[in-house]
Amino acid sequence: MSESKLKRVDLIFGEYSSVKFKVLADTLKRSNEDILEDLTESGLKGRGGAGFPTAIKWKYAAETPSKEKYVICNADEGEPGTFKDREILTRVPRKVFSGMAICGKVIGAQKGFIYLRGEYQFLMPELKRELEQYNEHMSKMGFDFPIEIVLGSGAYICGEESALFESMEGYRGEPRNKPPFPTTYGYMGKPTVINNVETFVNVVMIMRLGPIQFKLLGTSDSRGSKVFSVSGDTPIPGIYELELGMPLEKFVEEFGDGDTKAVQVGGAAGFCVPRKKFTETVIGFEGVPTGGSMMLFNSSRSMYNVLHNYLEFFEEESCGQCTPCRVGCQQLRKGIVAVKKGDKQSLYLDQLMKLAESMKISAKCGLGQSVANSFSSIVYNFREEMIY
Amino acid sequence: MTANEHLIRDLVEKHGTNRTALIPILQGVVETKNFISDTDMTEIAKELDLSAAQVFGTATFYSFLSTEPLGKYVIRVCKTITCDMHGKRTIIQTIEEMLKIKVGETTPNKKFSLLETNCLGWCHEGPAMLINEKPFTGLTHERVHDIISDYISKL
Ligand SMILES: Cc1cc2nc3c(=O)[nH]c(=O)nc-3n(C[C@H](O)[C@H](O)[C@H](O)COP(=O)(O)O)c2cc1C
Ligand code: SF4
Ligand code: FES
Repeated sequence: MSESKLKRVDLIFGEYSSVKFKVLADTLKRSNEDILEDLTESGLKGRGGAGFPTAIKWKYAAETPSKEKYVICNADEGEPGTFKDREILTRVPRKVFSGMAICGKVIGAQKGFIYLRGEYQFLMPELKRELEQYNEHMSKMGFDFPIEIVLGSGAYICGEESALFESMEGYRGEPRNKPPFPTTYGYMGKPTVINNVETFVNVVMIMRLGPIQFKLLGTSDSRGSKVFSVSGDTPIPGIYELELGMPLEKFVEEFGDGDTKAVQVGGAAGFCVPRKKFTETVIGFEGVPTGGSMMLFNSSRSMYNVLHNYLEFFEEESCGQCTPCRVGCQQLRKGIVAVKKGDKQSLYLDQLMKLAESMKISAKCGLGQSVANSFSSIVYNFREEMIY
Repeated sequence: MTANEHLIRDLVEKHGTNRTALIPILQGVVETKNFISDTDMTEIAKELDLSAAQVFGTATFYSFLSTEPLGKYVIRVCKTITCDMHGKRTIIQTIEEMLKIKVGETTPNKKFSLLETNCLGWCHEGPAMLINEKPFTGLTHERVHDIISDYISKL
């Protein structure tokens, strides 16, 4: 039994180096080209959900000329079922600061910010203490890269990078049009690299181990390990660091309660995979991507209730700026209620799926565009539950 | 100067008058008095050389920046999927019975407000809630009863 278990990895939460800020100090001595080469070689993709190659993002920002540039760590973690960034910031904050400082050096930024969701305000005192130590060390090394924490105020949409900039600048958290992308026009209109908390830690681990060893983990499309947030109907909820590219079936064998009916991969914005597709589904950028959220549902759960809960979430968290999302989220929720009550015929579900698909192409940002992921995967796979 | 004006002057002194200071100032007001009044917003607008509408627009976007009076302790119970599955309803009921208020209401003595909120990032230990900024997880009827009793006894 034990040999069939998924391999546990201890990269992100592994111990600090014996000398404080050693990896940072060593890396700051290297050339920017060298660092970027290692990052490229490692194949690291962003851990915030979208999976953009980190080396390319950094290179773009490095190549954009500007006196002012910024590095921002996205710690807004609001996706339902995700709690790994909180754990990373609690257990290994130094690795996060180090990753940001390395980025600062590579792109030529003067300042870093951590955008911490308001729900995590309780982490502030400890993070500030850790930051003081970091600042002390940096000045000893003769390198100036101050990091500041900015606190959110309870808005999921502010995790979207351009909404996050708006929020930091003191405005409503409404996403901007793209392009321009953050690497040319980010915070304060300046070139900015914004990465997820875990991405910055991965950078530090690549610097420490070298890209070759990092690449030994995962598959060719999904390099390295990933911190998974496991919740729902599981006897062992919690945080697990696992290799990317694993089959969902193995995951369920290990984390399910023996009666798993579906797994929501990637949070409310992600996909719902039904039991019959566990074998063919791979967790990673080549299959179903995830920012780490894995929620398991057993056969006692009504998938109608699950979908209704997601839609309520989107309806409340939509910034309301564009019509497809503002009205679409409402109509989808009202629509499934009407079908369930019998006020609308079951064929109406097909119209709702079309609406969700049109939101995918017409909504302004990732929130509205991704509602169709969970909507269509649940309605398609659990149609009877929507009706009866 | 009224106490409110003092509070806002102090916050402006601490955070400055740039637009980036707006949210930290609003957060500071909420931290002290749990909500931002119309007069606060007008005052802040004056200090930051903005229109009151701009301040109002920003404040009302964020769920933690309440522009309605709230109690001294704001209880926010997570209603997102895994907390919902693991008994959020019982938690709400327990609190409603103890404080004799419904979700969205504040006790007559202005000490407690009960609200629902979206995922708090404690899904593996749900149901979860915040009381002001402090998280409480693994809630059961008994546990939440003890926690609220404790807050009541500290009043
Ligand atoms: C609605 C919405 C919410 C998001 N929330 C987060 C978040 O909480 N944390 C995060 O890292 N990225 C979030 N993202 C993705 C960011 O926009 C951005 O792609 C990411 O921070 C880039 O970091 P990475 O390249 O390291 O993944 C969100 C995107 C959308 C559309
Ligand atoms: S898709 Fe939704 S969240 Fe995104 S900009 Fe439009 S209304 Fe706002
Ligand atoms: S669902 Fe309640 S904390 Fe995440």
